[in-house]
Amino acid sequence: METLRKIEVITPKRGMFDVRLHELWGYRDLILLFVRRDFVAQYKQTILGPLWFIIQPVLTAIMFYVVFGKIAAIPTQHVHPFLFYFTGLTVWSYFSECFTKTSGTFVANANLFGKVYFPRLTVPISIVISGLFKLLIQLLILIVLIGIFSLSGIQHISIHWTLVLFPVYVILMAFMGLGLGILFSALTTKYRDLSFLLTFGVQLLMYATPIIYPLSFTSGRIHDALAYNPLTSILENVRYSIYGIGQFDAFGLLYTASFTLIVLIFGILVFNRIEQSFMDTV
Amino acid sequence: MEVIKVEHLYKQYRLGQVGTGSLIQDINRWWHKIRGNEDPYEVISEINDRTTQAKGDFVWALEDINFTVNQGEVLGIIGRNGAGKSSLLKILSKVTSPTNGKITLNGRVASLLEVGTGFNPELTGRENIYLNGAILGMTKKEIARKFDEIVSFSGVEKYIDTPVKRYSSGMYVRLAFAVAAHLEPEILIVDEVLAVGDVDFQKKCIGKMKDVAGAGRTVLFVSHNMEAVKNLCARAILLEHGTIVSEGSPSHVIESYLNNRNKADWGRCYDEHEAPGNEFTRLKSIALKPLREDGKPMITVKSSLEINISFWNYVEDLVANLSLHLYAATGECVFNVITQLPPPTLGVGLHHARCVIPKELLNSGIFYVSFMLVQDTAKPLFNFDEVLTFEVEEERENTNWHGKFPGFVRPNIDFKISS
Repeated sequence: METLRKIEVITPKRGMFDVRLHELWGYRDLILLFVRRDFVAQYKQTILGPLWFIIQPVLTAIMFYVVFGKIAAIPTQHVHPFLFYFTGLTVWSYFSECFTKTSGTFVANANLFGKVYFPRLTVPISIVISGLFKLLIQLLILIVLIGIFSLSGIQHISIHWTLVLFPVYVILMAFMGLGLGILFSALTTKYRDLSFLLTFGVQLLMYATPIIYPLSFTSGRIHDALAYNPLTSILENVRYSIYGIGQFDAFGLLYTASFTLIVLIFGILVFNRIEQSFMDTV
Repeated sequence: MEVIKVEHLYKQYRLGQVGTGSLIQDINRWWHKIRGNEDPYEVISEINDRTTQAKGDFVWALEDINFTVNQGEVLGIIGRNGAGKSSLLKILSKVTSPTNGKITLNGRVASLLEVGTGFNPELTGRENIYLNGAILGMTKKEIARKFDEIVSFSGVEKYIDTPVKRYSSGMYVRLAFAVAAHLEPEILIVDEVLAVGDVDFQKKCIGKMKDVAGAGRTVLFVSHNMEAVKNLCARAILLEHGTIVSEGSPSHVIESYLNNRNKADWGRCYDEHEAPGNEFTRLKSIALKPLREDGKPMITVKSSLEINISFWNYVEDLVANLSLHLYAATGECVFNVITQLPPPTLGVGLHHARCVIPKELLNSGIFYVSFMLVQDTAKPLFNFDEVLTFEVEEERENTNWHGKFPGFVRPNIDFKISS
């Protein structure tokens, strides 16, 4: 029994880089249980259950088809607008969900965090994993839609080998969403205004990302500005791999990866800092 | 072997609205810092005293706390509300970090104040056992091993696959407690304050504490129940305004706790221009004094209580009496007494009244006093509301039961078994 004992020292502030990621490993079961809880608790009382995962993007894509495809008539190269939007939305919604949901970590769990200690990062990590289920279901629908459009001859599909990078894109979005989300969640404990900024900020960010238009549709300053959006390369590359439009942007992907890494590290450091003191400020 | 070692522990809290304008404050603070100036916002209040409005923006909830706890020891922590007990527990359970100082813990800490934390109403009992267990630091394997034990301890076998939102509150608490009770930590924190109201639950807590201590593990017991502390703990510490004012054997520490009760609570005195009242009467002072054979200034169930009232009367030739109401903390009136009848006639000026509540009448608990000046035994001139608050402490011998007696009164009534 003696060997199992661990000596722990509680001091005012841990070092900036003492983030104790190994502690998270010890709580891996908790992360999975949180994932399960999110899934079960969210859909237990709804009639359609996980069908909502499908209904939401399909309806949004139809709306976009009407507004941007028909009314505004934004060209989508030679991809059917509905398919174009649905693809973009599937990818985008995973990122935006990771971002917005993890950004509420501290405020939404203040009661729980106030009573018991466990590594706080377990909560945002479980959110990012929960989101994967939703993404998976939406991807299945996307595959079905592509099949229908392709077989009926509406859409020509040209799968490129770079599609194997898709899991990399998912991981990048997960980490970027997580990094930004925990950064915001840490800051909102001190500056509540940020939560307002976030809700419409994410909506605006969607329009600043090539989801309802291809990057090639833009030009000049706007085109250059979009290149700074770390999500641009992911969306462009996904569409290139499936429909063969645009081009594969390796440099952009590298930029996205570096951006993600920096945001994630910075987010974890700030989160770790706030984690130790936030109970006194909420 | 020392299991808990607390050295020079300090905890500072910031008062007031945190958030408003703090971005600007933070920028300003940072600007001062980089120029090497002092923090323009740091004003620290001297002591943690809730009765007076703190002057600064910060308050010390804990100041220079030092103590050690050995393996297998049961340490009682007592103190009034706001003395810093909860802050200490929160730091020990890592919910918040100290401002200064160091704690060395040798072993896993679990506390019974987290009962039911993280329960999700939509999930079934089974799912909640796993979730709650994991939140409290168990692995899935550990929980699975103890699962049957937890379920049978809780007594909700039949409903284990029912969402807990359909549970009665009793079932809910039993299940939650069962999870916490099977944690098997090396250090157990029991905050009894949060468990009041459910006698069954208290008994279980205390029973579990005894088991844990018996198995060579360490217990920190925070309680208002002096009898339980006296009987369960080998040692106790008394916190007051965030510092340890007494440490040692429980009976010694409890006595200093009872002696050190804030005397300001036991009486009030006013200047005439700011005294409560109206054009007919004003209150000069009200004071409570315990009368005991041993002369100690403690209010227990064995103390008689003398209440002295001084008031100004502004009505000429007032035929008046006082009507005193004693209320329990929950608001029920325990009794109402009035001064002598027929009422005396009072002239304009200062008058006094005295009331003695006999010992062995009131039960332990918090009480408050209101009184009225009544004209012609029918017309209230002013109601002095809640002018005095006091707490009657427990004092009993020859009993192994540590729970609170129910009821507001506990009169000394002759009741014997004859053989």
